[in-house]
Amino acid sequence: MKSINRYFFTDMGVMFGRSMRHIFRSMDTIITVSITPIAIMLLFVYVFGGAIETGTENYVDYLLPGIMLMTIGSGIAYVAYRLFTDKKSGIFERFHSMPIARSTVLWGHVLTSIISNGISVLVVILVALLMGFRSSAGILEWSAVFGILSVFTLALTWIAVIAGLAAKTPDGAGAFSYPIIFLPFISSAFVPTDTMPSAVRVFAENQPVTPIVEAIRNLLANQPVGNDIWVALDWCIAIIVVAYIFAMRVYKKL
Amino acid sequence: MKKNIIQIKGVKKSYKDVEVLKGVDFKVEKGSIFALLGSNGAGKTTMIKIMTTLLKSDAGSVMIDDFDVEKNPREIRDSISLTGQFAAIDEVMTGRENLQMIAKLRHLKNPNQVADELINRFGMSEAADRRVGTYSGGMKRRIDIAMSLVGNPKIIFLDEPTAGLDPETRLEVWKIVKGLSDAGTTVFLTTQYLEEAEQLADKIAILHGGKIIAQGTLEDLKKLFPSAKVEYVKKQPTLEEVFLAIVGKKEDK
Repeated sequence: MKSINRYFFTDMGVMFGRSMRHIFRSMDTIITVSITPIAIMLLFVYVFGGAIETGTENYVDYLLPGIMLMTIGSGIAYVAYRLFTDKKSGIFERFHSMPIARSTVLWGHVLTSIISNGISVLVVILVALLMGFRSSAGILEWSAVFGILSVFTLALTWIAVIAGLAAKTPDGAGAFSYPIIFLPFISSAFVPTDTMPSAVRVFAENQPVTPIVEAIRNLLANQPVGNDIWVALDWCIAIIVVAYIFAMRVYKKL
Repeated sequence: MKKNIIQIKGVKKSYKDVEVLKGVDFKVEKGSIFALLGSNGAGKTTMIKIMTTLLKSDAGSVMIDDFDVEKNPREIRDSISLTGQFAAIDEVMTGRENLQMIAKLRHLKNPNQVADELINRFGMSEAADRRVGTYSGGMKRRIDIAMSLVGNPKIIFLDEPTAGLDPETRLEVWKIVKGLSDAGTTVFLTTQYLEEAEQLADKIAILHGGKIIAQGTLEDLKKLFPSAKVEYVKKQPTLEEVFLAIVGKKEDK
């Protein structure tokens, strides 16, 4: 890589400001992103919740971490969509023919994704509070929770970058997020894995959602997180590295 | 003898098995308007992409403002701007914000002032604070071209600047292009309309089958044809002339 452009941070600021404007001018996307996870949360707490044995007093407390991940899963579909629109509209070409630090074009979207998904997650947490969610976590634990969520968002965002840049249609750009939204169902997000048939259980316990959910759940309950947090971070970092490499490859071919 | 600000020699480019450019040569004089004429799919956009550092050629040399696209793409990006085939504007932002954004990305000292000036110059003060998504096609084209002028680049590339525009807006774009050239900017444009090349260009090159099959001034090109026969034909106004006459009366400023 050549020396970092001296305008990197200026350009970055402009790109970030641009896509943040998109977020604030279409706040409905925040609602759209949070509404499905909230609906699922309501459904599970008030319909199925009574019949689910989690060993915790309050099912919302158990459920919330998985719902947070689901929210991020549906939020990144918009990242892919916004990138797709930029590619199609030719605005990428305009930027690329200008004397700017090229990578900032992508990084602007990536940073925005972290902020906008953070806002969506906050909305979900507010609703959970209304539903009786309580946490004994302190500032340190909450910071750790948001740290994990940010790294998770970053990982999914780089996958979204690949999808958005490689897609041929706007629908195609967002389609990759469905399996990701579904992933928490086959994890310990909704119910403990003990009652699952062994094949499903092996999958559930060894996919990234479970350690992330467990780590967040223990942090929020002010319990020791053990090894889960490291497994969770390993997963996220591995996904970031692989997705970033592929995303850059696709980006350079544009 | 004026300096050649663009020098293209033997440029080749293939997409997979399809050879789009098979050795293209031409030169563009500083401050002139140069039209690359060709039908759809002739490779005009490919040529523009190579010159604007978006695409690498397979062979040949491309010198823009004394810089080689292969070796100094950064320096070239400082002195050019590209207006692509489709209006590349941020539709969620206002016209003014779009101009300010480009000014900031060109690292100008006073982006707001630059935006204001262009808004005045293009007579867009009314629309400037509306979102671009609400603009008409002609308005979008205008802001698109205005964005290309931010920072006064030496060379402006316009890829089919009037494709899909109504006749009135087309004339307006022509006026802008002529104005640019009068101010000393080099304009490189592609078009599939013979009339457009005839109206605007100092030099015309015809791209066909991956090569430049003819180039020169309009006069040069006319000489390639057998001398004109004199015939008397009653000239009917074209629909375009009728349209412009009526609309022009209505909106005479």
